[in-house]
Amino acid sequence: MATLEIDRVRKSFGSVEVLKGVSISIADGDFLVLLGPSGCGKSTLLSMIAGLESVTSGEIRIANDVVNDLPPKDRDIAMVFQSYALYPTMTVRQNIEFGMKIRGVQPAERAKATLAAAEMLQMKHLLDRRPSQLSGGQRQRVAMGRAVVRDPKLFLFDEPLSNLDAKLRVDMRTEIKRLHQRLGTTIVYVTHDQIEAMTLATRVAVMKDGVVQQLDDPQVVYDRPANTYVAKFVGSPSMSLIPARLAVDGAGAVAVFDIPNEKPARISGIPIAKENATKFNGQNVLVGIRPELFTVSDGKPGRTISVHIDVVEPTGPDTLALFQIGGVEVTARVPPKTVEARKSATLTVDTTKIVLFDAVTEDRID
Amino acid sequence: MKRSIRFSDRLANWLPRLVLTPSLLVVLVAVYLFIAWTGWISLSSSNIVPRYDFVGLEQYVRLWSTPRWHTAVANLFIFSSLFLGLTTGLGLLMAILLDQRIRAEGALRAIFLYPMALSFIVTGTAWKWILNPALGVQKVVNDAGWTSFVFDWISQPRFAIYCVVIAAVWQSTGFAMAIFLAGLRGIDNSVIKAAQIEGAGLPLIYRTIIVPMLRPAFLSVIVLLSYVAIKSFDLILALTNTGPGSATEMPSTFMYAATFRRDQMGVGAASAMMMLMTVAAIIVPYLYSELKETRDGC
Ligand SMILES: Nc1ncnc2c1ncn2[C@@H]1O[C@H](COP(=O)(O)OP(=O)(O)O)[C@@H](O)[C@H]1O
Ligand SMILES: [Mg+2]
Repeated sequence: MATLEIDRVRKSFGSVEVLKGVSISIADGDFLVLLGPSGCGKSTLLSMIAGLESVTSGEIRIANDVVNDLPPKDRDIAMVFQSYALYPTMTVRQNIEFGMKIRGVQPAERAKATLAAAEMLQMKHLLDRRPSQLSGGQRQRVAMGRAVVRDPKLFLFDEPLSNLDAKLRVDMRTEIKRLHQRLGTTIVYVTHDQIEAMTLATRVAVMKDGVVQQLDDPQVVYDRPANTYVAKFVGSPSMSLIPARLAVDGAGAVAVFDIPNEKPARISGIPIAKENATKFNGQNVLVGIRPELFTVSDGKPGRTISVHIDVVEPTGPDTLALFQIGGVEVTARVPPKTVEARKSATLTVDTTKIVLFDAVTEDRID
Repeated sequence: MKRSIRFSDRLANWLPRLVLTPSLLVVLVAVYLFIAWTGWISLSSSNIVPRYDFVGLEQYVRLWSTPRWHTAVANLFIFSSLFLGLTTGLGLLMAILLDQRIRAEGALRAIFLYPMALSFIVTGTAWKWILNPALGVQKVVNDAGWTSFVFDWISQPRFAIYCVVIAAVWQSTGFAMAIFLAGLRGIDNSVIKAAQIEGAGLPLIYRTIIVPMLRPAFLSVIVLLSYVAIKSFDLILALTNTGPGSATEMPSTFMYAATFRRDQMGVGAASAMMMLMTVAAIIVPYLYSELKETRDGC
């Protein structure tokens, strides 16, 4: 168990800068998810934490020790790879015991640790098989078992579920969460799947082009995204970002949406700090509204908006209604059968959870 | 309409067989028919011309009471084991070194592979000069000042066979290297990373993880090189011409000489059958066990 600090870390491959000053700090027992699209440098950062890639500049500290120049084996970490990286010519048992053998663990102790890990991951019956005789999910269990018997300070996972089919992915996700709850070991987990990040993380670092966009609790990342990039990347269907003009009247801030050939729509009660309200009065902003902030109107005026529904997509538990405001497509999540396509509807907005972004910098306005 | 569809269906069905038939026939006649014919001749009293009678194992008895044949068999074992061992070992070593992402890898690979492009006649002739004490290595070292240096294996009956090994290894190592290198390139990098994180050094990783993963490459190299070893006929003729004396006689050269030069067609056929049986005895169990393993999913 350990804390992890990544301090202004940069990484270049030749003249290409892949990480541009990344700073992340997490507490002992945290589950950090590095979330971002493919190619943003997540795996590179993870490899640097593992010691498989050198650090161009900056510092990485595990349990307050600088590990920049420590070889991987001395960092007391265990890693699980997307391709499982099992040793194909060895049985599952040999795979799990390989590292312990190298560290000089006695045979009796090795067997005990292997059995304990196999029991925890429900793979006792697989111990004498070879990797090629296992399914993807079973292979990933073995890879996790191999990491668990190391009893490391830090677990590193690089997209461990990407090669599994959808159903298995959900099961293994739960398995990993359970593993974390049981062992309490600090974990760094790389994924491009925002649902994995939301479900697993205690801390999420959203990355783009080698820069951390936001480091926060998953709920904060969801509710208060730092910029429009994070807002769009996290959540599905994603947050609608509607261009509007901010107006301030006696009751507070109002978002005014221009609608062609009609009188502008208004949503009042926009949450904004006083000084920002003054600063952005009359300016263009982006109003961020998550689909679930809409409800079918109960008739009270003020925080409602009249829309013309274009498309309705039932998902089972609820229905997605798509419509236009201010020239962009907006999605609302409403109870089934409450709206109809190509009909008008009046929707109420839970304005307390609206997020405002600067139309120019695209950063959140508090 | 219906008929034409049926016709094209039938054509699609028959076309592969039609195309394959000529080559199948050629193989049947040129390989298996002649094996059978040789087997028959080896049981007959043929000498200068084929004779289709039956004398039992008489030709085999004659074969095994010829001292020259014993030399040939002994040489084959020395040559094959050294050739296979050295070529496989050196090829693997060079492949592993090349796989460390070194500079100028493409050029080095081409240099190592180049000998493969030569025929054994060229290799044999070149090495005949290199190993000739009056022309090659010995003369160069002598001229450089070390006048007592002696390297005359090629003219010594006890050592001449090792000269054949040297030339054959030189020619084939690049080929073994290329196959091993392809195998190494197919290995998932994260396997090596995983082992590194667990604390294994590179030598241990290669010994316990990577080399065992190269089994299919070993299979290809050993099968193909065994075949090179046993049919190594042109190399012997060009390099030593089975000399000095009969010191570098091999079963293939023996068979050729018996059949076409010494008018002992029956003995030649018997020696050919012995070679066939040797190859079968080595290769068949190996192929069988390897292919069975892969079917079991290794
Ligand atoms: N060894 C390397 N040499 C050169 N470029 C690399 C190397 N490894 C990664 N990159 C580049 O760094 C960027 C980030 O890669 P990576 O960390 O694998 O992204 P992610 O895991 O987020 O998909 C990519 O553009 C990739 O091409
Ligand atoms: Mg990656």
